[in-house]
Amino acid sequence: MSRDKILAAVKLNQPAALPLPDMDVLNNLTNVRTDLVTKYKTVATAGGTFVHEVNGFDKIKAILKQNFRPEVKIISALNEPSDYIYTDTVKFEDRHNFADVELTILRSNLGVAENGALWLTDKQIGSRVLPFIAQHLAVVIGKDDFVPTMAQAYQVIGDADYGYGSFISGPSKTADIEQSLVIGAHGPRSLSVFILS
Amino acid sequence: MSTATDKHHPQLAADFNRDEPRVNWHDETLWWVRAKRDMAAHKLPEWELLRETASQIKLNVLSNLSSYLEQFEANANKNGIIVHWAQDAAEHNQIVYNLLEQRGIRKMVKSKSMLTEECHLNEYLKEQGIDVIDSDLGERIVQLANEPPSHIVLPCIHKKKEEIGDIFHEHLGSAKGESDPKILTETARQHLREVFLTRRAALTGVNFAVAETGEFVICTNEGNADMGAHLAEIHIASMGIEKIIPERKHLGVFLRLLTRSATGQPITTYSSHFSKPQDGSEIHLIIVDNGRSVQLGREDFRNSLKCIRCGACMNTCPVYRKSGGHSYHTAIAGPIGSILAPNLDMKKYADLPFASTLCGSCSNVCPVKIDIHDQLYKWRQVIVKEGYSPKAKTMAMKAMALTLSSPALYRMGGKTGRFVFKYAPFAVNNKFNPWYNQREMPKAPDQSFGEWYAKRKGAKN
Amino acid sequence: MRVALFVPCYVDQFYPQAAIATLELLEKLGCEVHYPKNQTCCGQPMANSGYEHLTGGCNSLFVDNFSGFDYIVCPSGSCTLHIKEHLHADGKEMQAAEIRKKVYELTEFLVDVLRVKQLGASFPYRVGLHQSCHGLRGLRIAQMSELVADPFSKPGQLLNMVSGLELVTPGRADDCCGFGGTFCVVEEAVSAKMGKDRVADHVSHGVQYITSADLSCLMHLEGILRRQNSGVKVIHIAEILNNSL
Repeated sequence: MSRDKILAAVKLNQPAALPLPDMDVLNNLTNVRTDLVTKYKTVATAGGTFVHEVNGFDKIKAILKQNFRPEVKIISALNEPSDYIYTDTVKFEDRHNFADVELTILRSNLGVAENGALWLTDKQIGSRVLPFIAQHLAVVIGKDDFVPTMAQAYQVIGDADYGYGSFISGPSKTADIEQSLVIGAHGPRSLSVFILS
Repeated sequence: MSTATDKHHPQLAADFNRDEPRVNWHDETLWWVRAKRDMAAHKLPEWELLRETASQIKLNVLSNLSSYLEQFEANANKNGIIVHWAQDAAEHNQIVYNLLEQRGIRKMVKSKSMLTEECHLNEYLKEQGIDVIDSDLGERIVQLANEPPSHIVLPCIHKKKEEIGDIFHEHLGSAKGESDPKILTETARQHLREVFLTRRAALTGVNFAVAETGEFVICTNEGNADMGAHLAEIHIASMGIEKIIPERKHLGVFLRLLTRSATGQPITTYSSHFSKPQDGSEIHLIIVDNGRSVQLGREDFRNSLKCIRCGACMNTCPVYRKSGGHSYHTAIAGPIGSILAPNLDMKKYADLPFASTLCGSCSNVCPVKIDIHDQLYKWRQVIVKEGYSPKAKTMAMKAMALTLSSPALYRMGGKTGRFVFKYAPFAVNNKFNPWYNQREMPKAPDQSFGEWYAKRKGAKN
Repeated sequence: MRVALFVPCYVDQFYPQAAIATLELLEKLGCEVHYPKNQTCCGQPMANSGYEHLTGGCNSLFVDNFSGFDYIVCPSGSCTLHIKEHLHADGKEMQAAEIRKKVYELTEFLVDVLRVKQLGASFPYRVGLHQSCHGLRGLRIAQMSELVADPFSKPGQLLNMVSGLELVTPGRADDCCGFGGTFCVVEEAVSAKMGKDRVADHVSHGVQYITSADLSCLMHLEGILRRQNSGVKVIHIAEILNNSL
C-alpha cells in the first residue's frame, strides 16, 4: 500500500529528531499593544479596505444605505434586527443561489493590526461561500478585538473547534497582469470594515 | 503542460536574451517585487528571528515527518476529511481521475497547485477527456496560451498585457486590442464566475497542513480557491508530504513570512483553514511523495524540503530575472527549482545547478533559510561524480588540476603560455570564444606579479 | 606580524598592479609581507565547476605554501572564501584548518586586524563600489541588502578615508555582476547581460571608476566597458587605498 511505503521511506530517510524552537521570545517581542486600531486602519487602508469607526449599528446601516440600493440582495450575520436576510435562515440553502448576493455583512471577533486580517469561522459566516461570492463584503468588529500580530491571533484562536475559518484582509485582488494591482478578482470588489466603539 | 524541449538552460536563456528590451522589462518587474519584499521585511525588526524560527520548525518537521504525517492523517480523518496517499505523479493523477470518474464528473475547476504542475495533472486529465480550468488569473492566462507557468507565484510574469489582451480576445471575447489590466481582469472574472457556479469538483493546492488539528490552509489573493471549493460538491486538495507543520500556532510564524517574502504584502487576502467538509460536500486530501522521501534521505539536499513556495529566491535571482522561468524547463523554476529538480531526474536537469553564479542572494531572502546556493554547489559535485558532465569539460579540468598542482608547470611558457591564457575561458581573443561575443579580453601585462616580485630588491619568499 | 600574500592566479597574470598595490599597502602599514613564490591557485575554478574532487594536489600545494604565517592576505574575496570554506588536505588537515582561520580578504584584514583608522590616500574621482557576492555574502565584508540588520561596509569605510574620493552608490546595491567563473562562458548570454546591467547602473550614476575588493568581477565589468568604448575604468580597491599614501 502506498501509505505504508511512503511512511516507511520517510521514516528510513528522516534525520535524527530536532527540537521545536521556543516561540515565547517572538510572541512577547511582538506583543506591543499600543493603539492597535490606528495601526490596523493604516495597514487595512493601504490594502484597499474601507475602514469606518462607528458608535453603533444605526451608523453602520446609514453608511450602507448610501452605498447599496434597498432592492439588492444583502445577507447579514448581525444579530441586530435588520432589514437584511439573516445568515442562519439561508444556512441550508443551495449555495449556488447566492450568486446574486450584492453584499454580505459578517461579524468578526478577532482582527490583526499588523496585516489587516480579520478572522471569521463558519459559525460567523453561515454558508462558507458567502464572503466570497458576494459582490461586496462588510465586516463589523469591536475596537477591543484587535491583537498586534498573527502570533497573538493564534493565541486567541487557541484550540477552537471550527470546520472552516479564514483570515480575510481586504477585497479580492490580483496583480497577475504585469504586476498591476486590480481590485475585484473573483471575490468581493470591496471590503468595508466597521469598528464599533 | 511541460516545456517540450531538449534544450538546456544556456540555450533557452540565450533565446530569451534575443529580445533585450523584454529582458529589461522582465528584470525590472521582478526586481520591483524583490524591492517590495525588502520594504515589507524591513518593517519588522524581528524579521531575522522569524526566519530562524520558521527554519527550526521546518527542521523539526523533517526530522519527525513520519509521525507528523500519521498524526495529521488521524486528525484529518476524525474531521471527516478523506485522506489518500500517492507515491508518485502517476498515482496522484489516477486518484484524482478515479474520484471524478466515480461521480461521473467530466469538468473540474482548479486553483493554483505547483504539485499538480509537477505531476502534469492537466495533460493527464485532458487525455482522459476531463476538462480542467485553472482559476487563478495568471494560471488561466498561461493555460489559454498553452504554456506552463514561468513563476510559482506569478505564473504569467513573462507575458505583456498586450499579449494577454490578444489571448483574451481570441478565447474570452474581449475587445480586440484591449490591454487594460482592469478590463482584462473583469473579463476573466465574468468567465470564471460561470465556471465556479457550474463545476461539481474543485481541486486546490495546500500551503500548510497542521498535524495537531488535521486542518489545512490555502492562501490566495483572488479568492479563487475558496470560490471553487465552497461551490463544489467535492473538494480535492493535493499536497506534498513536506507541507506539514506541527501545531496550529506555527501558522502564526509562516503566515507572517509567506506573503511578505513573496510579494511584499503583509498577508494574502484570504488565508483559509479547512478542517471539516461542509454539509453535503466531501473533502479529499491526497498526500504525495513523488521523490520527496528520496530527497529527505540526501543529507546535503534534504533542507530543500523546507520550502514554502514563496518565490522570493526567483525574484532576487539575477539569472532568473534575466533568463525567464521557462529557461529552467521544469515546473518549479529558479534557484529552488534548480536544487529540487536534479532529485527527480539528474540527467535531464544536470544543467540547472550550473545556471547560477552562486551569488547567494537566494539563501538570504529565503524565509525558511534554505542554504540554496550551497546546495547548488553541492549538486554540481554530485552531477560530475555521477557522470552527467561533458567529457571535454572533464578532460580540461583534469589538465587544469595537474597544472595547478605544479608550480613549474604553472610558470612555464612565458607570457603567451601562461596558465590563465591556456585555461581561462575569457583569454582567447576570437569569435568562437563566448567571452569575446560581448566582452573584451583583459590586456596581458608585460610581466606577471610573480615575475615582478622575483626582480624586486630584497624580495622575501 | 608575518603576513603571507596570496595572489590569485588571474591577478598574478592579468592584474599585477593590484597585487603590487596590496603588497606596498601592507608594508606601509607595518606588515612583514612574504610572497610564497610556488603559489598557483586556490582551486575554485575546478570546485565551482563540480570538480572539487580534483583539487587535492592544488590544496596540498596551498598548504605547503601558506603554513606558518600569522595571517594570509588576499586581494580577492572570492578566492579567500574558497580557501575558508573548502581547503582540506590529506595528512595536513591541522595546517589546513589553521590556514582557513588565518586567511583574510584585504579590506577585512585592514579593518578587523590592522584596525586602520586613516590612510593618507588620495583619489579625486567619483567612484562606484561593486560589492562582490563572495566578499559580501560569503565573507560578510559589508551588510547584505536582503537582511534586516544594521548596515556596515568594510570597503566603504576604507574608501571614505581616501581624500577627494566621492563614493557613489548604484541603484542596486549588491546585485551580482554575472562573472561566476565558468558561468561567464557556459551561460554567456545571461552572464554578459548581467554585466552590462551592472555597468549601466554605475554609468548612470556618473562614476569615473568602478572599484571592488574582487578583480574577477572587475575583469568582467572591464571587458564590457572596453567593448562599449566607455571612458569609465575599473580599479582594484588596493590601488585606490595605496594611491599617494
